[in-house]
Amino acid sequence: MAAAHRRTFNTATLVLVPFWLVVLAAYVGTMLWTVQISFTASKLLPVNTYVGFYQYERLFSSTRWIVTMQNAVIFGVLFIGGALVLGFLLAVVLDQRVRFENTLRTIFLYPYAMSFIVTGLIWQWLMNPGLGIQKAVRGWGWTGFSFDWSVDRDMALYALVLAGLWQASGLVMALMLAGLRGVDDEIWKASRIDGIPPWRVYLFVIVPMLRPLIVTAVVLLAISVVKAYDLVVALTNGGPGIATELPAKFVMDNLFTRQNIGLATAAATVMLITVAAVLVPWIYAEYFRKARKGAAT
Amino acid sequence: MSVGTASPRGPHRESAALAFRGTAGSNDSVPARQRGKSAERGRRPRQLTAGRIGLYCFVAVAAVFFLLPAVVMVLTSLKTMPEIRSGSIFALPASLDLAAWAKAWSSACTGLDCEGIRVGFWNSVIITAPSTVFSIAAGALLGYALSFWRVKGADILFAVLLLGAFLPYQIFLYPMVRAFSMVGLYNTLLCIIIVHVVFGLPIMTLIFRNFYAGLPVELFNAARVDGGGFFRIFWNVMLPMSTPILIVAAILQITNIWNDFILGLVFAGRENLPMTVQLNNVVNSTYGEREYNLNMAATILTAAVPLLVYFVSGRWFVRGIAAGAVKG
Repeated sequence: MAAAHRRTFNTATLVLVPFWLVVLAAYVGTMLWTVQISFTASKLLPVNTYVGFYQYERLFSSTRWIVTMQNAVIFGVLFIGGALVLGFLLAVVLDQRVRFENTLRTIFLYPYAMSFIVTGLIWQWLMNPGLGIQKAVRGWGWTGFSFDWSVDRDMALYALVLAGLWQASGLVMALMLAGLRGVDDEIWKASRIDGIPPWRVYLFVIVPMLRPLIVTAVVLLAISVVKAYDLVVALTNGGPGIATELPAKFVMDNLFTRQNIGLATAAATVMLITVAAVLVPWIYAEYFRKARKGAAT
Repeated sequence: MSVGTASPRGPHRESAALAFRGTAGSNDSVPARQRGKSAERGRRPRQLTAGRIGLYCFVAVAAVFFLLPAVVMVLTSLKTMPEIRSGSIFALPASLDLAAWAKAWSSACTGLDCEGIRVGFWNSVIITAPSTVFSIAAGALLGYALSFWRVKGADILFAVLLLGAFLPYQIFLYPMVRAFSMVGLYNTLLCIIIVHVVFGLPIMTLIFRNFYAGLPVELFNAARVDGGGFFRIFWNVMLPMSTPILIVAAILQITNIWNDFILGLVFAGRENLPMTVQLNNVVNSTYGEREYNLNMAATILTAAVPLLVYFVSGRWFVRGIAAGAVKG
């Protein structure tokens, strides 16, 4: 029995070996390689001439990167905040026994099934001044109406936010609705007896109860901010000018079209550090602290 | 579905419970729903109050916001170009004209090639099918190994995978390109499939690990006592019980891989560009007058597969979100 035990345990170990290799090569190895390139003078092809922090100095003295970072912050805050508020409101509304609940839920969630490319193109057309909503509304007689965000330097970033909200709010709604449906009846009964208006119950009782789900939603939305590339490419392609450049696109452009590999990998490394700075405390809190708590009970 | 908040169990158990409950079939979610509904019934105002009217106004505005783009797309794709130029995007088409659809499917141009969006469609099919199958197989196997077998360093492996799920692709892409070119695989079908399997591994492992963690350990122990080995238990005991999570995984991967743009753009190569990339080329790289009807038809065709999955799978799609959402 003991021998059989050892043999099968070895099978499991053996099965993990290829996974280890893939993870080490595809995740750890490539990451280290990227960081290494960022310290070289690489342009079109990677070279091994080390230049210290030269690429980082170039990066942070480039207006394009500074604007890119600012855009990411503005887009991130508005997109995550907006999707949370809109998604939560939609979930609360659906939780009020409205008619056609199933149909409405389907309507609110369907954009989430579509790719960012499709989302971006759809909104590019809706905001196209010669084709979209602006033209239609002006045709109805409101000639001062303007909705050309995707080609307006000052508004293009908000065009991205709007398209993003359209695509991702349904996700928050689905998560929150699942949470609301799990709220104990007793809470509603108690609040009714105490005469507390529902909106206060939602705000001060339910929202704190849904905290883990909200954190999950924030993490999912934040990932899509960091990864935001296709949406920009389809909707504005970074323009007008550099009004809607985002970090992921900055890296991709410098890697594959501008032949600026050193700069691109430096930017990617900055992205990595930023994400890790947020992620590591969160994973620690979510996994290891709770794991200890869980083990104690 | 209920939230994992109140669960006194550990985090793995807790998220497993959420994923499991979310996937275990309708009899779990129905009581929760009814409970919710009865609670609402008690709270529901008897008549149409101002609040109730406001509520419906909000619902109506929201529904218009979410539906309008789709309606505009369908309407425009059915019009002729002169109609689009002269009229508003909300106007109904004068007649049902499917010419733009036919053209989008079989003769839309990307650069000099005018073979239609169908090229991208079949490329996407050829990429998505094996990538989905292999990433699910890999995730199921690894998830099973991580939840039932004590292997040294398994936690570290899982932690690295988890990190990989959250980090931006940009940090991995360029070295991968170099590595694939070194072995001569870059820009091939095999290359893009491998990349999808590798990047799908974290989420697949996670949902299978959570699912298996929710199964009773006694089941596994009994199989061990009966002399089952690693693969026999996986194949004969675990897989037959995994149908719900397999469906969820398939929904997640089909939509994720079909909707992918960046990986297809970088790794697939000219011959195998997926539909999303081809669509963007058709729309954003044409010169001269843009054929909006054709472009919109092509866009709808590209969105059709994940939308079909969404409408057919219904509640399963939401379960996929819930299962994928317990990433932490």
